[in-house]
Amino acid sequence: MLRPDLEIIRTWIPDDTRVLDLGCGDGQLLENLRDTRNVHGYGLEIDQDNIAACFERGVNVIEQDIDEGLGNIQDKRFDYVVMTQALQAVHRPDLVLSEMLRVGREAIVTFPNFGHWKVRGYLFFKGRMPVSPTLPHQWYNTPNIHLCTVNDFEAHCRERGYRILQAMVVDRHHEIGPMTRAMPNLFGEIALFRVTR
Amino acid sequence: MPDSIPADSVGLVTPTSLQFTQPLELECGRRLDAYELVYETYGSLNKARSNAVLICHALSGHHHAAGYHSMDDKRPGWWDTAIGPGKAIDTNRFFVVALNNIGGCHGSTGPSSINPANGQPWGPDFPMVTVRDWVNSQARLADALGIEQWAAVIGGSLGGMQALQWAIDYPDRVRHAAVIASAPKLSAQNIAFNEVARQSILTDPHFHGGRYYLHDTYPRQGLILARMVGHITYLSEDAMRAKFGRDLRAGKFHFGFDVEFQVESYLRHQGETFSRNFDANTYLLMTKALDYYDPARDFDNDLEAALKQTRCRFLVMSFTTDWRFAPQRSEEIVNALVRVGRNVSYAEIDTDKGHDAFLVDIPEYLKLFGAYMHRVAVEVNDAAS
Repeated sequence: MLRPDLEIIRTWIPDDTRVLDLGCGDGQLLENLRDTRNVHGYGLEIDQDNIAACFERGVNVIEQDIDEGLGNIQDKRFDYVVMTQALQAVHRPDLVLSEMLRVGREAIVTFPNFGHWKVRGYLFFKGRMPVSPTLPHQWYNTPNIHLCTVNDFEAHCRERGYRILQAMVVDRHHEIGPMTRAMPNLFGEIALFRVTR
Repeated sequence: MPDSIPADSVGLVTPTSLQFTQPLELECGRRLDAYELVYETYGSLNKARSNAVLICHALSGHHHAAGYHSMDDKRPGWWDTAIGPGKAIDTNRFFVVALNNIGGCHGSTGPSSINPANGQPWGPDFPMVTVRDWVNSQARLADALGIEQWAAVIGGSLGGMQALQWAIDYPDRVRHAAVIASAPKLSAQNIAFNEVARQSILTDPHFHGGRYYLHDTYPRQGLILARMVGHITYLSEDAMRAKFGRDLRAGKFHFGFDVEFQVESYLRHQGETFSRNFDANTYLLMTKALDYYDPARDFDNDLEAALKQTRCRFLVMSFTTDWRFAPQRSEEIVNALVRVGRNVSYAEIDTDKGHDAFLVDIPEYLKLFGAYMHRVAVEVNDAAS
């Protein structure tokens, strides 16, 4: 069984395409895309347990830190560049996104929505940095150093002239209820975007 | 000497020798009319003959990669950390072939062998051999063993260069190539160190123009110096500091040129041991093979064009403190492979062990290596069943 957010992404990627997965984890997505969509892909990863898992799946994985850039990859080498749940953890999300759109025709990103009502309520009522199942860390040890809301991301795309081709905002079970549909920035916990330049 | 053979060892092994009588055309324009290759095998070849793995050795390596020749051996083969039952290159699953390359001094035809033309040791008349020549001779060995395609060709350093050359020259005969602590060609600095090593041998009065066998001597000092300078490049500064620091053998200065610092003692010991076990002409040949290596040269100096010939999957690994073939050199290979759309995986192992790390028991390294080889074994068995 593919992780639910990866299952959504899988449906966004057509057959016979070239995919780069930034922070590919244990290689689930790339393995699935290879086996079900005849996708040729590479993953970038820095965790060596994950790299070992990719090796065992026969998934191409390259040890490389996204924060050090993608300068070794030529322009438009890939059809899709995917980054799941890592945008908020990189040093410069704007530069990473721009690099994704340089090396790929389209970028697919997912991130936790900091505009979710529970996050807002946590900060408003408790006056403390929000901790939740999607954001389980404390302020001092969180890898999520650049959290944003759905509206922030959309505004960033507008400023940079990126076109949003597809967007989906879901709850933490990766389902869409009527509330998330009506007010995604308030009721969505995880955002998925497909953008191009 | 092992009191008993460890459970994860291939155990006692015996080398085999094969004569080849079909002439081998060499890159230098000369040819070897006949030659002998000595090799060892570990594990067993499956029915489909699909689980064979070739181990290519580095500068001073040979066919004895794993196990013991006798219970009196002080040490196992040179890559015993990686080859054996349950190890990264699992001999329960793979049929492993390790040979001594042509030009070597451990049983395969080389400068210390007898030249049939005059009944004397070849010495300096032995033709210059290259990585490509080695690969061609290894392909003949594969033919002789009935191996149509290697499950993997694996090597570290100069051995990795052979694995890469296999992938370029025999794309249909290699399923996977593992290129470890290697480079797509030597840098000027690499060549410079090799030249110092060669000059120390060539200028030794006992070298006799390479015909020292006839004078019943050998360029001992030259070999010692060559190995000392080479050995410095195999270790990292961190590892040297950790191992020796500025420790003094006698605890105080003697204000002379005898061995005082521990690092001096270590280097001299390494050099002396090496000089007793290695042929100077072979050392000269091997360093030249390194210097000449540049697969892109056949393709207008375009590495990507060279790598376009390949069809196998690649594993590339490097070590953080390796300054002989630094991680950036491995990344040149990886980046070029990605650019031409070949399947490649890459890991950089964090260690203080320098270039020698590829031979060392580093758990993170062997775990990753093992994970990759596990996949190779699964593929090979799927294909066989």
